[in-house]
Amino acid sequence: MDSSGSPSDPGQLTISAKIVVAGGFGVGKTTLVGSVSEIPPINTEAWMTEASEGVDDLPPNGTKTTTTVAMDFGRISLYPDLMLYLFGTPGQPRFWFLWDDLSRGALGAIVLVDTSRLDQSFAAINYFENDSELPFVVAVNLFDGELTHDLDEVRDALALRPEIPLITCDARRPASAVTALQELVSYTLSLAEVSDSGRVRAHA
Amino acid sequence: MSQDAGRGQAVKKPRSKRIRPYTLTGGRTRGRHQLLVETLISVPRYDPALSDKLMPESKALYEHARSQASIAELSSLLSIPLGVVRVLVSDLAAQGAIFIHPTAHAYHHDRHVLERILNGLKRLPV
Repeated sequence: MDSSGSPSDPGQLTISAKIVVAGGFGVGKTTLVGSVSEIPPINTEAWMTEASEGVDDLPPNGTKTTTTVAMDFGRISLYPDLMLYLFGTPGQPRFWFLWDDLSRGALGAIVLVDTSRLDQSFAAINYFENDSELPFVVAVNLFDGELTHDLDEVRDALALRPEIPLITCDARRPASAVTALQELVSYTLSLAEVSDSGRVRAHA
Repeated sequence: MSQDAGRGQAVKKPRSKRIRPYTLTGGRTRGRHQLLVETLISVPRYDPALSDKLMPESKALYEHARSQASIAELSSLLSIPLGVVRVLVSDLAAQGAIFIHPTAHAYHHDRHVLERILNGLKRLPV
């Protein structure tokens, strides 16, 4: 759709791609985006109006649902004609519909997990397992540089399907964060090989 | 739908105290083009006369797109809600004032693009 009306030589145009970084509060999404982005992560409140479209179950009183949706994004210029954007999902469960918007057209998602607070990321894993066709990998964030739980235990605890890649990553270290991005893109490529009929991304 | 969005907006901190964002879009919440948050736009041929005729928000988008920018960046940079940016950009594109770049998603049957992204990540100086 967005390619319609391209000029005859689209090779001259810079194209963009997107990877979604998901997970609950405090699992290191912003850290990961910041460690690989060439610009400081942009935190925007510009999502507010869109948010109002989907929020029809506002709490009757009290909690403000219309303030900041924490949504960070960063950018990596891979080539002069190819930009990669990283979008951290808002952690609040009530902004799930924004996840749909963010996920649309993405190469895939990295779900960050903190092993000391696994439950923080259950919702994100659920979303990508059940409500999205996006390829995703789960990355255990090594906050102290060490893996405190065996990856098999983590997989069990998350009830993660065997085919979903489970990796480790230190979100603070650019090299490690980039490796996680590579793992995701490799996984997306492998799925594309299995099914080159476009099933990989049903959000088209 | 758009009315609801407008009402919701009224209780929030709007971009201006006087104008609700969707007033700018004639109440529309969707544009004709699928604009992803990462979609890049640029100005193929800058026209100062056109720029002068645009309303402030569209003008700001047009000016910033001279150096190519993504929908999300424009929204954040100009503090214009994402949905409004999408509608205004869509209008600018319909006039031929700006060009909407394809995203990698447009090539998702083309593994070459994915491979290129992977190779690009591998050669990052980290």
